[in-house]
Amino acid sequence: MTTVSQFEQTVPGGEIKGRSLWADAWARLRSNRAAVAGAIVLAIIGLASLFGPMLSPHDVGQVYRSYIKVPASTTAYPREAEIPDLLKTALRRSRADITSLDVDGDLVTLTLTAEREIDPRITRSVERNADFTNVQIIETSPDGLSLTMQMEVTRSYFLFGTDANGRDLLTRTLFGGRISLMIGLLATFVSLIIGVTYGATAGFIGGRVDSVMMRIVDVLYSIPFMFFVILLMVFFGRNIILMFVAVGAVEWLDMARIVRGQTLSIKRREFIEAAHACGVSTTAIIRRHIVPNTLGPVVVYMTLLVPKVILLESFLSFLGLGVQEPMTSWGVLISEGANNIVEAPWMLIFPATFLALTLFAFNFVGDGLRDALDPKDR
Amino acid sequence: MSLLAVENLEVRFDTADGEVCAVNDVSFSVEPGETLGIVGESGSGKSQVFFAVMGLLAANGRARGKVRFRDTDLLGMPVSQLNTIRGAHLSMIFQDPMTSLNPYLRVSKQMTEVLVQHQHKSEQDARRIAIELLERVQIPEAARRFDQYPHEFSGGMRQRVMIAMALLCQPDLLIADEPTTALDVTVQAQILDLLAQLRDTLNTAIILISHDFGVVAGLCERVAVMYAGRIVETAPVREIFYRPQHPYTRGLLQSLPRLDADDHQELPTIPGQPPNLQSLGEGCAFSERCPLVQPHCLTDRPLLRQIAEDHSKACHRDLAA
Amino acid sequence: MLAYAVRRLFGAIPTIFVIIAISFFMIRLAPGGPFSLERPLPANIMRNLEAIYHLDKPLMVQFWIYLQNLVQGNLGPSMVYRDLSVAEIIGSGLPVSIQFGGAAILLALVVGGVLGSYAALKQNQMSDYSVMAIAMVGITIPNFVMAPLLQLILGVELGWLPVGGWGEGAFRNKVLPVIALALPQVAVVARLTRGSMIEVLRTNPIRTARAKGLPERIVIGRHALRAALLPVVSYLGPAAAALLTGSVVIETIFGVPGVGRLFVQGALNRDYTLVMGTVILIACFIVIFNLLVDLIYGVLDPKVRYD
Repeated sequence: MTTVSQFEQTVPGGEIKGRSLWADAWARLRSNRAAVAGAIVLAIIGLASLFGPMLSPHDVGQVYRSYIKVPASTTAYPREAEIPDLLKTALRRSRADITSLDVDGDLVTLTLTAEREIDPRITRSVERNADFTNVQIIETSPDGLSLTMQMEVTRSYFLFGTDANGRDLLTRTLFGGRISLMIGLLATFVSLIIGVTYGATAGFIGGRVDSVMMRIVDVLYSIPFMFFVILLMVFFGRNIILMFVAVGAVEWLDMARIVRGQTLSIKRREFIEAAHACGVSTTAIIRRHIVPNTLGPVVVYMTLLVPKVILLESFLSFLGLGVQEPMTSWGVLISEGANNIVEAPWMLIFPATFLALTLFAFNFVGDGLRDALDPKDR
Repeated sequence: MSLLAVENLEVRFDTADGEVCAVNDVSFSVEPGETLGIVGESGSGKSQVFFAVMGLLAANGRARGKVRFRDTDLLGMPVSQLNTIRGAHLSMIFQDPMTSLNPYLRVSKQMTEVLVQHQHKSEQDARRIAIELLERVQIPEAARRFDQYPHEFSGGMRQRVMIAMALLCQPDLLIADEPTTALDVTVQAQILDLLAQLRDTLNTAIILISHDFGVVAGLCERVAVMYAGRIVETAPVREIFYRPQHPYTRGLLQSLPRLDADDHQELPTIPGQPPNLQSLGEGCAFSERCPLVQPHCLTDRPLLRQIAEDHSKACHRDLAA
Repeated sequence: MLAYAVRRLFGAIPTIFVIIAISFFMIRLAPGGPFSLERPLPANIMRNLEAIYHLDKPLMVQFWIYLQNLVQGNLGPSMVYRDLSVAEIIGSGLPVSIQFGGAAILLALVVGGVLGSYAALKQNQMSDYSVMAIAMVGITIPNFVMAPLLQLILGVELGWLPVGGWGEGAFRNKVLPVIALALPQVAVVARLTRGSMIEVLRTNPIRTARAKGLPERIVIGRHALRAALLPVVSYLGPAAAALLTGSVVIETIFGVPGVGRLFVQGALNRDYTLVMGTVILIACFIVIFNLLVDLIYGVLDPKVRYD
């Protein structure tokens, strides 16, 4: 019986402009607003984490004893009203009274009187407080019972406030981001290497080797890995290198499955058979045909894996099993914030926001990539 | 009064690459008890016409025009009101019987729910009527198989179930969208016989949508040929077969294999491909592939015009019979 | 079906054995032990203790003894809480975790399912976008961030619920942990339901159901929901196993005395037998729930056969 569809494809007509798969995917990705926004956010957070701690006036570990748990603020510390208290604390031992105090911008002029002669070395006890520099005596009364000093106030900005030890939270958040992102990327890389090698081998060799290798993956899947990572971290010390290995070792299973599936389906395609028939070596086939063709799903999975790893790291650090002082990470900061939630909520809010933004951004980019590379929607 | 009258129907889809006009200015009517065949290539919009009629267009599709069933306009009718008509007075069966039934529900439930919904029958009455109908569409051991799941039936059996299901409420019009395409050739013939038999005994009007002139010829009284979203020719079936007036219809008929043809003769085909519905030009959509194309075919769109009693076509040329 | 279930359970024994072996040797090989306290015990007491717990014997012998006890259903005594057996400790924690996990799963299924179906029906409308935006937030923000944030908002700022503390299991104290536990699950279920519902609504059986003139509530409830729930079921199986055996984070933050916290404490104290007990418990839950998923699939999908 003849059907109309028979002559549908008889003569190729019209000019169809060819676009490569990747160019097409790139165009689709660029038109995805959420993915582009995610990429921009990631770039900003990445750059800020990389260079922020270097540019910050505060060192990561620098402790400001006078500013423990001060709230986030865009005005500088100390505030004008706090200067007398700071000076009083600094001069507590000198038995001198402050008779006049004049604050003019960063310049403070101070007059002291005492019942005994004032030791000019008093400037040092003022200077010992990190907030005041260039302390000079500009006038001493003839009897030495009164003395006028001038000094400069160091103004510090704590845009995100400070933590329970009086350290700048902005610097620490950015520094923590550096660690979190680094662990995320490196552990993803570890799982990428293991997963792709394992999956491609299983898929390419096929047969009994494949079924044994995948059976192993199945067994590993049913192991409660979260608990194993916890055990690893508890028993074998809490260092960052181990963290990469542990997290990477946990997360390669999905990667292996994805790559194996892709390899299997590609292996059966005609162009691989053609390559075999032309005498191309196995390694060359894997390198030139299999790997590039599995790239799409792998890239998508990687972008979605990075936030998972960051999350796992933060989770371990939150439990106190991950990154240790003096290092810090978002998980550590969030954990500290959760412990100080009543008095210092900003200690939770800022690192949590950074973590959440990063996770969102990665997910948006990953989803965008998947949509862009998935031919199902086309 | 016509049973179904479609006037100036237009169906458009919003897609990522712009708006696609799948159906354009389509008008036709069906009288009670009549059998109409709709013929066209895939993508000619023939199925979309009836999805629009049944209110089954995809979410990104919109229909404009008039679809009158008896004296009610189906387009723009609220779904709740449409639900009192479709399935009861107006039924449709689909191309793929393998996937059209719900795999998670027993055949019994899928059939009785129609009667319960439309005729408020009790579950027992509904079962009795449904089994009777299954017997009527020649399902062996209908009573025993009634409570089975669809995957326990073969493709042809499932299409019979679909047909029985569509006829439960004795509809006035049955729309059969490529009912035999997915089936084996022998089963195809059985299903077509069944449809003919049902039309004769139940006096149900049938619209048979197909890409296959052979199928249509066996069952239908009248034929409308669609191309690129428009009806290009409509006539009684004998008239179309013996005196096709549109070059496209002619091409279709010539590409039918003939038993009396010379063995070594190559089957004629229509060169080219159906046009892209997104970028239809000013002129006749068939002009690119037409063997008789003339300059004004490229700029003037031919309208459907009557050329004989009960015979219309959309072509500027007058073909010698 | 019963034969199938039994076969599956026996088939899981090798997996569970591997898990037991890995955790057993990993724990023993790790530095430190249950009795290495800050102030070292006198040598003779140490020896006695080690003899009681067979720690003086070679590793393989210890493993053999452990397996023998295990086959008899004996998880052994805790090495840190010396008056209690591991079974007793887990017996006190498991009901708490099951209570919390069960409530969270129920919430996830009901709230997530309803929200997801609703969003699917309103696809690409404002209400769809807002439900999905909230779900995205729920999925992306980890529970150890969400829990303190909930404490901050509901506890500190609004003062509706107690911020922390177990309060001997008072209802008020349970609300916040359950919400924190359920929120990400609600979000995941909502997203899964929406996605599969949208896909199901595009399929031919649904077109048939609509062509039959069935009202939308029957089309959704009778024809679409079952297929749409399948992915949710396969997600919820493993998730339920994890939730019922306790969430480490939530139990730590809210001071809930459940299995998750027992595990972490056991690991930190080097309580070998307790850690082994919790790991085995969790592994068994995972096996059982994977089986349950397959059985539920069989109920939902008539095409599934057990042979």
